[in-house]
Amino acid sequence: MAAPRDGAPHYADVEPGLELPPLTIRLTRLDLIRYAGASGDFNTIHWNERIATGVGLPGVIAHGMLTMAQAIRVVTDWCSDPAAVLEYGVRFSRPVLVPDDDEGAELTVSGVVEEKLDGGLVAVTLTATSGGERVLQKARALVRLP
Amino acid sequence: MPLNPDFLGRALPPSAPYQVGIEKIREFADALGDANPAYREEAAARALGHPAVLAPPTFPIVMTMAIGRPLVHDPELGLDYSMVVHGEQRFRYTRPVYAGDVLVGRPQLTELRTIGRNESLTWEAAISTADGEPVVVVSTTLVSRGTAAPRGE
Repeated sequence: MAAPRDGAPHYADVEPGLELPPLTIRLTRLDLIRYAGASGDFNTIHWNERIATGVGLPGVIAHGMLTMAQAIRVVTDWCSDPAAVLEYGVRFSRPVLVPDDDEGAELTVSGVVEEKLDGGLVAVTLTATSGGERVLQKARALVRLP
Repeated sequence: MPLNPDFLGRALPPSAPYQVGIEKIREFADALGDANPAYREEAAARALGHPAVLAPPTFPIVMTMAIGRPLVHDPELGLDYSMVVHGEQRFRYTRPVYAGDVLVGRPQLTELRTIGRNESLTWEAAISTADGEPVVVVSTTLVSRGTAAPRGE
């Protein structure tokens, strides 16, 4: 790896409890359609109200994988080299409901360094909320810092 | 109907090769609204020490569904997709995915569990280059709602 960019965190300077800069993202119906096309996941509950409510959902929901992809941006924005993320896992606990309006849903993600491990690794825990509810559980990344 | 326990541990041969295109990576980053230049410009990726533009951490999901289809959609497994919700997802990297990679994935069903009336199924896609260099292991847990056998049956 090349030398880290200016401002990128170094392992030696990071301590447990360090809070990463949080991120707030808006997700509209158009964002879901764009993600469907980019990912190849065309499950109808992510773009069709009739189908979504027909299977008992309150409405169209975001792809869990879209929420997961947005949440890790707290880490990749922080450490500047996205390849620093060696492991990333989540449990999908609640769906992100995306209303059919111009505002869409708000997703807020925060991250905290939970643990320093050997080999330049740190464990980061992520918290993702929408509509006042946690939408991910056990969201954790292993990150290698220079 | 409960899932077929004979599938625990089942592995299938590698998928057809997937060619990672730079425009696909850019499209994926665009869909996230993520302006990170390492996902777009080769010079930016090289400045970080990479040989090519790299993909966002969850990008391998683009190829993962096709890898798992022959395993997870095998009628003998008995998974009713209308009852399925995505439970958990995990990526474990050996190295990043780069534009220009030609990747294959070997699917294996690694865990079957019953949790009350629900069942959960975990399968892994071990993704490597076509030459056999390990890249990432993608682990997917699906929850099948209400399909476990009632107790005492």
